[in-house]
Amino acid sequence: MNVRAASSIALLAAAALLGGCSWLPTIKPIQPWVKPYERERLADPIMKLSRDSLPEKHFEHVRDVREGARGATGVQGGGCGCN
Amino acid sequence: MSTSSPVRRAGAFLRLALCTSFAVIASTASPALAPATAAPDFTLNVMGGKNLHLKDQRGRVVMVNFWATWCGPCRQEMPQLNRLFEKYRASGFVLLGVNVDDDSSKAKEVASKLGVTFPVLLDTDKTVSKLYDLTTMPSTVIIDRDGKVRYIHRGYLTGYEDNYEKQIRELLK
Amino acid sequence: MSLWRRLLGLLGGLLGGLFAAGHARAVDLPEDKVEALIHSYSGGGVNAYGPAVLVRKSIFDKVSLSGSYYMDAVSNASIDVVTTASKYHEVRHEFGLSADYVYRDAQITLAALTSHEPDYTANSGSLDVTQEVFGGMSTIALGFTRGSDTVLKHGSPEFHDTASHWQYRLGLTQILTPRWLMSANFEALSDDGYLGSPYRVARVFGAAVPERNPRTRTGRAFKTRLVGDLGSRDAMHVEYRYYTDTWDIKAHTAEIGYSRYFGDSWLADTFIRYYTQKHALFYSDNAPSETVYVSRNRQLSTFYDAGIGAKLAYTVRKVPGRYDLKLNGTYEYTRYKFKDFTDVRTGSPYGYAASVIQVFLSATY
Repeated sequence: MNVRAASSIALLAAAALLGGCSWLPTIKPIQPWVKPYERERLADPIMKLSRDSLPEKHFEHVRDVREGARGATGVQGGGCGCN
Repeated sequence: MSTSSPVRRAGAFLRLALCTSFAVIASTASPALAPATAAPDFTLNVMGGKNLHLKDQRGRVVMVNFWATWCGPCRQEMPQLNRLFEKYRASGFVLLGVNVDDDSSKAKEVASKLGVTFPVLLDTDKTVSKLYDLTTMPSTVIIDRDGKVRYIHRGYLTGYEDNYEKQIRELLK
Repeated sequence: MSLWRRLLGLLGGLLGGLFAAGHARAVDLPEDKVEALIHSYSGGGVNAYGPAVLVRKSIFDKVSLSGSYYMDAVSNASIDVVTTASKYHEVRHEFGLSADYVYRDAQITLAALTSHEPDYTANSGSLDVTQEVFGGMSTIALGFTRGSDTVLKHGSPEFHDTASHWQYRLGLTQILTPRWLMSANFEALSDDGYLGSPYRVARVFGAAVPERNPRTRTGRAFKTRLVGDLGSRDAMHVEYRYYTDTWDIKAHTAEIGYSRYFGDSWLADTFIRYYTQKHALFYSDNAPSETVYVSRNRQLSTFYDAGIGAKLAYTVRKVPGRYDLKLNGTYEYTRYKFKDFTDVRTGSPYGYAASVIQVFLSATY
């Protein structure tokens, strides 16, 4: 119950700040501060969170079999942001 | 099957996060550059030449394409733009490729590899990109003979060049 | 089933949100590529090696399909096997299929995986949605995986049991500056059914008894990662993960890595990884009393492992925008040190070293 309330409040606050929900009183929305033409370094493959899927899958399997902890391995983001 | 309470809580939390996150989609403000406004003037150095002023192009239909060597869709688009440039340059069409790389030597290399014949302008300190308030890479702005912005294209997908051609022909009349 | 209804509701809300999205921007489909890997693991008396391949192709610029095959030939003479049974050799085959669909700023991935061993079959299906928001500076990802396993036992045809798995994922990637980005991932995992091994034994008062595991397990993992460009064609990454579950296991994982370009065609990576965990509630090396659940599975004991790895990639041929052929090799050395799992042959806490070698070829076209 507490987790639900806290997470709803946090998300609504984030939505208000980003100007998403029109019915919420919007605090002046924050503008993205990294422009698309400034993403040269982020577009480099060296900055990718996950570069080669097969080798990473192998590492994940080796660890899953031997270690008790599992999960939360990753999501892709960043990159050139084109299109 | 029975999902225990913490997992049910996690599922509900994720559902809430999902619904709210999609409300956040329309978060960025509308861009400053809008059709029917005068195209901001700029002066940039042409790769392998001297400076070029946008206002000197008055009387011609100008297409300003912002690109970078690290942007895949930009590289895909350039041969198409080159084709349009070669086809309509005699009718008063000029295409300016504004490159935003930090290192202009990379721009020279990629432009020659792609066989680009239209002028490539170097915007290494991003002044023109800021002036045109780019929200996407690549961005293509079509300016009419009176120096007014008529069409703004954000991004590139296969097929966009047909649209460009239609708009250029319309403005060349 | 309420779970399916919930999932459909989620999907409906998601699609509605997608169609409501404003400008006609789109995320790029994953690149077309072919990957081939030869992998090998050697440590603690276990040798596992095999090939793996993956092929990915986009159709009509709208959908990207991929198929993969992974094989594991395991030669097992581990401490468990050697002290309670005899060495064995087994082959595992795994097939995967996935489809990625891009709509404006969102990417939807549907995947299916099936893994076969003579005595274990695992099938799973997953749905992942990735959405770019805030001018492309933030990426939100949601995922769900449902797995279903069948457990058999060599030499005991009457043994037949099942296990089910549910995984819920939430991830956020945030660009901090033109050179730094960070990501946070949360995953809730839930398992139900037969969660042990029919061959493994536990020790109670010094005598061997078949292990008894609970039939449910729920875990939560939280990971945070920071990646940054250091300015001279190099980058570094730091990550930390915390895991806790209803079996009372608490684990910490930390990793730090550095990557650097050399010349036009070489890329070198190096990393150090440290993992530590506290034992499961019912784990015991030699149980002093009879409990409902008991296990001597060293995967559930108190231990740490520390590893160091290096990777070298060479770009064989590159035509920007057309194709890219890369060859790379990775080596990782890890030391495992157990605190409450003893080597029955010596009587002291068990420890061993493991080596992972990978040779990988990737071609994007």
